[in-house]
Amino acid sequence: MSLASSRDVPLIEVRGLGRAFGSRRRRIWAVDDVSFRVPRGEILCLVGESGCGKTTTGKLIAGLLRPSRGEVRFEGQDIWEIERKSFKRYRTAVQLIHQDPYASLNPMQTVYEIMTAPLFRHNLVSSRAHAWERCIELFHIVGLTPPEDLLRKHPHELSGGQRQRVSVARALTVNPSFIVADEAVSMVDVSIRVSLLSMLGRLRDEFGATFLFITHDLALAKYFAWDGRIAVMYVGNIVEIADTPRLVDDPQHPYTQALLSAVPEADPELTRNKRRIALRSQDIPSLQNLPPGCRFHPRCPRFVEGLCDVQPPALLSAGDGREVSCHLVARQEAVA
Amino acid sequence: MEETIVQQLPWSKGQAEEALLSVRDMWIEYQAARGAVKAVRGVDFDIFPGESMALIGESGCGKTTLGLGIIRLLVKTAEIKRGQVIYRRDGAAVDVRSMDEEQLRQFRWQDCAMVFQSALSAFNPVLRIRDQMYETVKAHRSASRAEVTEIAHPLLRRVQLEPERVLRAYPHELSGGMRQRVLIAMALLLNPPMIILDEPTTALDILTQRTIIDLLRALQSDFRFAMMFISHDLSLAAELANHVATMYAGCIVEYGTVNQIFYEPRHPYTLGLIKAVPTVTGDFEDLSSIAGTPPDLIDLPSGCKFHVRCPLATRRCKEEEPELMHIGPEHAAACFYTDEVERQADRAWEEIRNPQGEPL
Amino acid sequence: MSDDAVRSTTVYQRTVKDVLLGIWGSIARFFRLMARNRLGFVGFLIILFYFIVSFLGPLVMPVDNNTKVDRIFERPSWRHPLGMDHQGRDVLSQVVNGGRDILTTALLAALISTAIGITLGALASVIGGGVDNLLVMVADIFMAIPQIPLLVVLAGFVQVSSMALLALILAVLSWPGLFRAVRAQVLSLRERDYVEAAVLLDLGTGHIIFREILPNMMSYIAISFAFSMTGAIYSQTALVLLGLVPFSSQNWGVMISIAWTRGAIFYRDAAVYILAPVFTIAIFQLAMVWMTRSLEEVFNPRLRARA
Repeated sequence: MSLASSRDVPLIEVRGLGRAFGSRRRRIWAVDDVSFRVPRGEILCLVGESGCGKTTTGKLIAGLLRPSRGEVRFEGQDIWEIERKSFKRYRTAVQLIHQDPYASLNPMQTVYEIMTAPLFRHNLVSSRAHAWERCIELFHIVGLTPPEDLLRKHPHELSGGQRQRVSVARALTVNPSFIVADEAVSMVDVSIRVSLLSMLGRLRDEFGATFLFITHDLALAKYFAWDGRIAVMYVGNIVEIADTPRLVDDPQHPYTQALLSAVPEADPELTRNKRRIALRSQDIPSLQNLPPGCRFHPRCPRFVEGLCDVQPPALLSAGDGREVSCHLVARQEAVA
Repeated sequence: MEETIVQQLPWSKGQAEEALLSVRDMWIEYQAARGAVKAVRGVDFDIFPGESMALIGESGCGKTTLGLGIIRLLVKTAEIKRGQVIYRRDGAAVDVRSMDEEQLRQFRWQDCAMVFQSALSAFNPVLRIRDQMYETVKAHRSASRAEVTEIAHPLLRRVQLEPERVLRAYPHELSGGMRQRVLIAMALLLNPPMIILDEPTTALDILTQRTIIDLLRALQSDFRFAMMFISHDLSLAAELANHVATMYAGCIVEYGTVNQIFYEPRHPYTLGLIKAVPTVTGDFEDLSSIAGTPPDLIDLPSGCKFHVRCPLATRRCKEEEPELMHIGPEHAAACFYTDEVERQADRAWEEIRNPQGEPL
Repeated sequence: MSDDAVRSTTVYQRTVKDVLLGIWGSIARFFRLMARNRLGFVGFLIILFYFIVSFLGPLVMPVDNNTKVDRIFERPSWRHPLGMDHQGRDVLSQVVNGGRDILTTALLAALISTAIGITLGALASVIGGGVDNLLVMVADIFMAIPQIPLLVVLAGFVQVSSMALLALILAVLSWPGLFRAVRAQVLSLRERDYVEAAVLLDLGTGHIIFREILPNMMSYIAISFAFSMTGAIYSQTALVLLGLVPFSSQNWGVMISIAWTRGAIFYRDAAVYILAPVFTIAIFQLAMVWMTRSLEEVFNPRLRARA
């Protein structure tokens, strides 16, 4: 019920988002106090290693999980506070593409049945002939040919790349405005990854779709979200958000710096001469036993005793639209 | 006296007789319900002592089958149709294919160890690590528990693990990165001159990958073993390999030094792969995808198996399958148009055109 | 209209002929699928044979009710392949006629218990919480009680006069097994990505249970159904043998009971009289077990596609 025009309100916004798992006695916070905005038509990449909470965040935004704390706002409204009708509208407006092409399509159904279930359910087509036409249309958009053949097949008869395209086409049946791609190209061969990403990029350019792209592959994040932003997550927190070119070129948070320096590159001269940042420890903190203060401090090469192990740093603006969660960076900013 | 003389490969960096392992004309087939899966079709290469070779390919190209075939760990439905796997040590040469059970047992692990992916399935979930190590050593050589523990301690420390803690642990108590390091330590228990690694960094986080890569590099420098690693990850080859072989549809389509493969690719598939992989450092670069999908290994296309997806394909490519041809020092490619590839290497994949010969 | 659109509309205009051909095609495909497993196919044919004989047989070969005192426990001959019973009546006709009641009851019992098991199993796992806990506890209680003694006690209180009632009782006693299995399966299938996708697309709980989850359990359900039938047959036979079910109708179980009480085991020639129903039941059960091997093939589209 916001009075602001829809152009001012970000399509998706999360504030203080948190999600805990486990029994009342032993709760672990997979996502802890995460806040960011995704304006309409933008791409935000969520990057991090396994266990950082990026997939959980994706599911929270898609409404598959309820937050334990904080809010998920769609077009300005908290999705868990609105009435059923609005929630239904949100439900189809936000879709998620799964990682595993072998698990995201029901093996017992034909591709036609998979595609038309939402079309018929939401009365988006008037007849079977119309449904067939719409499927062919969507298949052209996602680059699946020949559409008529593929519609009659079962998922196991399709390749991994084709299945991912069907997944996307299925999501498009309900005309979503926001798409969460959860490692959507990780399990697909290298030589066709780019083709899938281009297809997703076209969705943004031609249909104005907004994206949350979740990945552990920094190089892919850089490629896909070059016009957008990257948010780096570590053990449930966001440690840095910035425009992609800036983040990749001049990372501020020590964890981002370590990640970028550690990535092996597909270029021998580049990768063998790259300066590597050594971390103080190999151990990834366990969610049950988090270190005090900044979660990264036991491994951080710039650790300052008395500062970093006492208070967790807040996510603060560091100029140029960038936000960083680090005491040392905050200090520098304060001085500047 | 088995045949251990092999043909010299013109692009090998040295004499075949000096190589640690020579594979010649390797053909492996699987039996599937629909027909025979021709997973490996005529593969030749040499690995020299102390060097590292990367076998790069995507899913279904036969690289894992080749790796398993070398140490004869294939499943029952797979068969090595023909080929030689000549292993040389201390001046003597022997064909692994002709070894009997006992010789094979000693060969595996003492001469050539294998490191699998760090998935839990590489371990016996009900055995502690120390028992696993003991069982592994005992399977290939007689030894006492004390002996094994004595060898294991420094090795585990070398891979940056706490020996006491890890030896006592069960596999599920360790993280993926720790398990991978345990597997590497296990491979080194008997100090083999050669190690085969299958996807050593896949499914590991970036920082863990970095640890493993640096570790492998350091270990190779200390222990001087030869490494053959199998992966779909080009960046791993860029980090660790001396030589790279790209594999497609059961054949090696290009072989060269790491710099040749990355900076002077001569096979369209290698070129396509390189153009499809982004780097993190540096400016934004446009990437391309190779259209189409890998071929069905049961029902392979005629001629060059890559012709269906290749922008340079001509009628000749459809009819004749090119063999690996020597095109430079230590460089070979299985393509009739390597000159074209060189000329158009800087173009985007979608813009590569075949100016000569009859297009398809 | 574009060519594609024209082609697509004609796909959906079917005639009666198309429908009939479609049905024939499905039946033929079903047979072909069952045939892929040799043992399974043999089992399937045997079951088919049993049903045809039990339901159509009595029209061809009515029960021989004529008491012929001079032919008591007569040995098998060409005219009476299974010999005569204690009253000189043809045994073969009794076997042919004895299947209908047993099979009908077993089918009914299996249907009811499968229906209860699936419904409660799906509900319990989808609703969760207190309802789930309650149902699981109830199922546990049922499973803990030994069936035959319970049946004995029940028979003392309830007049089991009709087949349907017997089927109901048997079903009520055997639903917990399928319930727990269905519940466990649904709980695991609920986590699958394609189910999550159905939730995202707002396809509704009904669709999710009946179009996404249950079809993936069909082979399991079919096999459970088959075993429900075998269980029901055993239970019926046991009840009849214990004399707890005062049926007057023809029935294999009744045959065993009567043969036993009429001393068929004491006459070597009469061995066939008591063995015939025993083997009839045993072979049916065995055929059921064999047939389940083929049922896997029928319900798995990965295998179906190659038929």
